[in-house]
Amino acid sequence: MEKMTKTRYPLEEILHDFYQDRVSIWDKEDSPGIAGFRKKAFDFFESNGFPNKLMEKWRSSDLSSVYEDPLRVAYESVTYEKEINEIFRCEVHGFNTEVISLLNGSYYSPEEDRLSISEEGVIVGSLRDALKQYPELVEKYYGHISGFEDDGFKAVNAAMARDGVFVYVPDGVEIKNTMQLIKILNQPNIMVNTRNLIVLGKNAKLTFLHCDDSVNHYAGLTNTVNEFYLHENAELELYKLQNLNDESVLLNQSYIHQEANSRLKVNIQTLNGGLVRNEITNFLNGSGAESEIMGLYLMDKQQHIDNQIFVKHNAPHCNSHQLFKGIMDDEATGVFNGFIYVARDAQKTSAFQRNNNVLLKTTAHIDTQPQLEIYADDVKCSHGATVGQLDNEGMFYLMQRGIPFEDARMLLLYAYADEVISKISIEALRVSIEDMVKRRLRGELSICDRCVLHCSNPDQPLTFDIDISKI
Amino acid sequence: MLLNIKDLHVSIGGKEIIKGLNFSVNRGEIHAIMGPNGTGKSTLAAAITGREGYEITKGEILFKEQRINDWSPDKRANEGVFLSFQYPIEIPGVSMTNFMRTALNARREYKEMPPIPAGEFLKKMEEKKKLVEIHSKLTNRSVNEGFSGGEKKKNEIFQMAMLEPELAILDETDSGLDIDALKVVANGVNQLKSDNNAFVIITHYQRLLDYIVPDFVHVMYNGRIVKSGGKGLALELEERGYDWIKDQFED
Repeated sequence: MEKMTKTRYPLEEILHDFYQDRVSIWDKEDSPGIAGFRKKAFDFFESNGFPNKLMEKWRSSDLSSVYEDPLRVAYESVTYEKEINEIFRCEVHGFNTEVISLLNGSYYSPEEDRLSISEEGVIVGSLRDALKQYPELVEKYYGHISGFEDDGFKAVNAAMARDGVFVYVPDGVEIKNTMQLIKILNQPNIMVNTRNLIVLGKNAKLTFLHCDDSVNHYAGLTNTVNEFYLHENAELELYKLQNLNDESVLLNQSYIHQEANSRLKVNIQTLNGGLVRNEITNFLNGSGAESEIMGLYLMDKQQHIDNQIFVKHNAPHCNSHQLFKGIMDDEATGVFNGFIYVARDAQKTSAFQRNNNVLLKTTAHIDTQPQLEIYADDVKCSHGATVGQLDNEGMFYLMQRGIPFEDARMLLLYAYADEVISKISIEALRVSIEDMVKRRLRGELSICDRCVLHCSNPDQPLTFDIDISKI
Repeated sequence: MLLNIKDLHVSIGGKEIIKGLNFSVNRGEIHAIMGPNGTGKSTLAAAITGREGYEITKGEILFKEQRINDWSPDKRANEGVFLSFQYPIEIPGVSMTNFMRTALNARREYKEMPPIPAGEFLKKMEEKKKLVEIHSKLTNRSVNEGFSGGEKKKNEIFQMAMLEPELAILDETDSGLDIDALKVVANGVNQLKSDNNAFVIITHYQRLLDYIVPDFVHVMYNGRIVKSGGKGLALELEERGYDWIKDQFED
């Protein structure tokens, strides 16, 4: 068999050993259901290994150098240290959030109780603990929509992720404060496998901000699988804020299941990162569901962005809308792969998708591939993609009004990005992100202050002394 | 002399469009440039304002006695040259207010003046909005985004009023305007006109000239000004069309 002759990459070897060392302990900890899921995933990884460039979904993203890296797999849960906790104690001003922290992939809290349940029945905390305390509830969802059959990374995650965040919002409960998940790596050269599971009951409502930040220059590989379930008429606003150092690799794989009349808004801001991959699979499984998935990416140097968006209309009368916009500078590379699938029974579907790219230098590169696969006959679908330079007409218009070249360029780039940013409905967050984007575009962001959280210096007040007239 | 153009030759992509044009403007004057389509009227506007891709191969443009051939568009603008665009650009995401403040402050920085105080700026906006009968809500919107054709042109005149140029070039500002908008545009120009500034109105029809009375009318044909006269020339062109000019000056 192929398995016998194939040589493993160093990182595959490390993961193999890591699993073998711990599997007997995990078998004791896990329920038969979870253990079976894990075993199947590991077998898949053993025979298939990491993805390669011959695979359609990985055609334009090359991680082979990562496969050669002798990374250490993060596993041991972390102990609480006050100093580290300070990292997570900063917030965007004027914006109430409930902060959930993951440090090197493990749930991180000063509380002994790593899982809380409110009077209304809202459960928030460690996924690992949730599996022990609420096995029936968690196993009803865990791994049900996130397949791993197409991808070695997902298989590694399914086989080896031991913690993450679990959020359960019961029927009819609306969470007022934004829930903010902050994930930080504070050790060099580690690979983190995390799973997050978020369940919204009927008519439940949640706003979730998911931050991936670097607080140092350590190289790291984060491999996250998120599962979101939206029951009937539930509403989820999901913001992803990605500010990683140039040494970081982030693989962010989200599966979102929607039932009838549920509403989803996703807004991903990729401001920095060595290699960032956002794969979103959105199932519109109930009639009348709506989804809006947007993203903005600003890449430069030799950074790489990879957005893979799959929207699956499996039920009639659903609307979906995708908009991804990018600005690529220097030798940055990227790929956008947007896929809309409309099943035979999904009549009266309305599905739109657009990807726009501005390349600031001829050395920057983007592959964009919008795809439609439609089996129903009464649908409204459209897609479009553009790759271009900054608009010359616009530049001349601004300069004719006396605005110098650099300022005119910034103004146009910002205006271009605004179509995505303006869709952020939390005002304080939108203002913070607007400012970060402006500074990012001007090349003024340094490693820590580019983050709204000011993690390295939480006492530093969040001030934006930006003269709006000079963007 | 405010503007003095001598033996100007302009090429786009190697093709000569303006072929030895002479044209001068003094302060306090209104000039109309008319002529059939494709004779180089808009190319002239682009050459004066420094648009990329319009190569001056010969001759010179003097503005306030300075040779501006190689100046960047923003430097020309900040020295006092304004162009009302035939097709104003939409800039989603930039509010009119921000845009105007950025432009005004760029000019002030160029002149080594401090930025305009917020109160003064808002007062000026209100004042100039009335001049062109622009609704408040338009200035809260993004630049030209979703504006009707008439609103876009009114917005050009509004920007001109805000920036108070010494030389304003109106490139086909009348095209696509209904009679009411045309009157508003003309009224704006007439109120802004002073002894210290000058207007160059590029137009295909003489309709706008019913409301803005030019001191001089020039006819452009095949990259040159072939005929100049008083406002009577515009009426003659309206009556006789351009064919007699074409016949007279065919190469």
